[in-house]
Amino acid sequence: MAAYILKRILWMIPVLLGITVISFAVMKTAPGDPISLVTDLNPNMNEETIKRLRQHYGLDQPVYVQYFKWLRNMAVLDFGRSFASDNRPVIDKIAERIPITLLISLLSMMVIMAVAIPIGIKSAVEQNSLFDKGTTVFVFLGFAMPTFWLALLLMILFGVKLEWLPISGIRSLNFKDLSFAGQILDVARHLVLPIFVSAFGGLAGMSRYMRSNMLEVVRQDYITTARAKGLDERTVIYKHALRNALLPVITLLGLSIPGLIGGSVIFETIFAIPGMGQLFFQSVMMRDYPTVMGILVIGAVLTLLGNLFADVFYSVADPRIRVSG
Amino acid sequence: MIGKGITSLKRLIPWLVGLVALSIVGCGGNDRGPQTTSNPSPAGQSGVATNDEPAFGDMMIRGSIGDASTLLPILASDAASFDITGLIYNGLLKYDKDIRMIGDLAEKWEISEDKLRIRFYLRKDVKWQDGKPFTADDVEFTYKAYVDPKTPTAYATDFLKVKEFHILDPYTFEVTYEKPYAPGLGSWQQSMLPKHLLEGQDITKSPLARHPVGTGPYRFVEWKTGEKIVVEDYADYFEGRPYIDQVITRIIPDPATMFLELKAGRLDSMGLTPLQFRRQTETDWFKQNFAKYRYLSFGYTYLGYNLQDWRFKDKKVRQALTTAINRQSIVDGVVLGLGVVAYSPYNPDTFWYNPKVKKFPYDPEKAKQMLAEAGWVDTDGDGILDKDGRPFEFTILTNEGNSVRKNAATIIQADLKKIGVKANIRVVEWAAFIKNFLNKRKLDACLLGWGIGIEPSQIEIWNSEKIGEKQLNFVHYQNPEVDRLLDLGASTYDPDERKKYYDQFQEIIAEDQPYTFLWVPDALTIINSRFHGIKPEPVGLTYNFIKWYVPKAVQKYHVQP
Repeated sequence: MAAYILKRILWMIPVLLGITVISFAVMKTAPGDPISLVTDLNPNMNEETIKRLRQHYGLDQPVYVQYFKWLRNMAVLDFGRSFASDNRPVIDKIAERIPITLLISLLSMMVIMAVAIPIGIKSAVEQNSLFDKGTTVFVFLGFAMPTFWLALLLMILFGVKLEWLPISGIRSLNFKDLSFAGQILDVARHLVLPIFVSAFGGLAGMSRYMRSNMLEVVRQDYITTARAKGLDERTVIYKHALRNALLPVITLLGLSIPGLIGGSVIFETIFAIPGMGQLFFQSVMMRDYPTVMGILVIGAVLTLLGNLFADVFYSVADPRIRVSG
Repeated sequence: MIGKGITSLKRLIPWLVGLVALSIVGCGGNDRGPQTTSNPSPAGQSGVATNDEPAFGDMMIRGSIGDASTLLPILASDAASFDITGLIYNGLLKYDKDIRMIGDLAEKWEISEDKLRIRFYLRKDVKWQDGKPFTADDVEFTYKAYVDPKTPTAYATDFLKVKEFHILDPYTFEVTYEKPYAPGLGSWQQSMLPKHLLEGQDITKSPLARHPVGTGPYRFVEWKTGEKIVVEDYADYFEGRPYIDQVITRIIPDPATMFLELKAGRLDSMGLTPLQFRRQTETDWFKQNFAKYRYLSFGYTYLGYNLQDWRFKDKKVRQALTTAINRQSIVDGVVLGLGVVAYSPYNPDTFWYNPKVKKFPYDPEKAKQMLAEAGWVDTDGDGILDKDGRPFEFTILTNEGNSVRKNAATIIQADLKKIGVKANIRVVEWAAFIKNFLNKRKLDACLLGWGIGIEPSQIEIWNSEKIGEKQLNFVHYQNPEVDRLLDLGASTYDPDERKKYYDQFQEIIAEDQPYTFLWVPDALTIINSRFHGIKPEPVGLTYNFIKWYVPKAVQKYHVQP
């Protein structure tokens, strides 16, 4: 097992390198560069100033030199400094945004699991029942509804009309003066709408996945056997069928690890949440190469680790895999 | 990140953000300026006198679409950053309410006989917010930081023209230019930096970018990235302590969300879109609680013609196209009347504007006739004018992400169709637009905007030599007389004499019509009516921010010291 994990980790190195090469190339192919945002169509610019700016950011060098410079720093985990005018270390910019993004992703993932899995099971067990059809409509409504639209409607209702919840942001302006419990309550109040909106959109995928897994499992011979043994339906479903139906969910969870820090730009913009989605979007728009690459590398590493985790846990959970692995 | 179209305007003169002129043109007096019917009414109008005493206290919560990027103004290039640094720092000079240059950190300044040297006398009562005195050493340090090749600043250009810098005593210094350079005076409005906190460091890594120390009316308190920036009054400010205790800028990237926060009473001021200004804020509740302000922004939108293109070489053709475009209907249609038609490259409210330029009012029949004189007639009866067997068909290019420009292009297309000219519209993403079309001069005509400063020099845009790749005279306008007038303007300090040159320049540009000047948009702001002392002037709204106040009785927030 240890050898297997080690081999997998070693394999990640060339894969990661390949990812960085492609990312860097694609990013460089996009028209414009970080300084053109400031210099294009700017009457206060002369060639001397533009040349200086290019030199400062190393943009006067060939692309491959820029890449290898970046790679050399990356090898010692130096993410470099942002090309945005703040010039801050990329790692600081990412670090200050990860906690809130992670918190929201984890909470909304928990809500999704807590709601979607029971829906999926019940829909499968009572296939084509009213409940099955009703929840299908409900989850696809969430899937199809534009986030920003739903968010605005909820803001108008709960924020402006009823005044029960704050509209945007993650804490009140007087946050510092609140007691610890008050601070937790304050953040919780701010997160109700964002988490509801993001969870509502994610229900469909997970519940349909669960439903089809379950449907497949209950058709298996060993379920027939269990029923034939005279076990009651509850035991058959929850003990025999569910455990097997949950296995693929592990893979799904592993794959969603990188998504946890990705955030979503639309959703963060509408709720004024200073998360990773906004940072990535702004960095791409500004051609802030070091920040874009930093986020992509972290995302790539997490994706690879997520795959690894999924595989490892799968083999732990499912003895059949272990034998062949 | 703000929409691309706006930024192209905005980033040109970012340190002037906030200094926007109040328009005195058109549309009924009650429409511009404060629009409140609330009680208590804004200062200067009849109100309950006892209720209207200036008082210290309260705070203002402003909404901003973008977060600041750095609070060191030398490195910043975005409006959101300058919105904050404008409260924290001062320059040596500034514009007063009537857009006249006056001293800020400098008490006065003298220009030598030969116009090569400017001597500045600094105020002696200025202290940095950490208590150290402000002296000419700080100015020298700031100047050197701007011209240092290692400083990635967008504002070195004007300072690079300074040949010598001499400190005469701690409060007096003199700069010498290679040749008389009037726009150089305006560059001394740039924020002064504290030498004692920055010396000997790499300026790009300075902690001051996140914790600025200036000489201004407000001192920095807190910055939560992507959430808010808090500043509070600096009691020892040399012009006196500002009335409003705290200013909080909340970062809310989505304009719809921001508007809901305003509606819920959690914001005191924000910029409005024309639609919000005209329709969504016209309720009784808004009228009772808020005052709206509109004033001409420093910028204009135009349709530029590629003068190397055979169709646009003839100025008669360009004049005809301008005559064929109903510019007032564009203002009414795309910005709901919140702006004025542009006739020259200057803001109509400024001193430099020449109201006597040729205007080419809308007249499609006359336009047709003018085109016929230039040889364009519909010989084959297909509804499109032609000349030498080629139809008059061209493409208007504009950038993605600016619906106002797209809409304007559509109106122009319809107007031109009426006179038999076929215009196609092509919308291209900003970076690709610059790189593949503008810089390569691959365009027939383009619909774009310029941000124009208060400083009138426009050499970069109109000079005959500025036609190279990436330079700004991308329409290839070449007129030796214009070159001469712009050079004269840039080397003359006396405003009245300068104006003569710029007046002539405007007349020539209007005659030549290398652009069809379209409109100057209004800047639209809404502010809670508990704030008093706001008086719009030609320079804009915020010039007297430190004198804004909330009467004791209506103060909303109480800031803990």
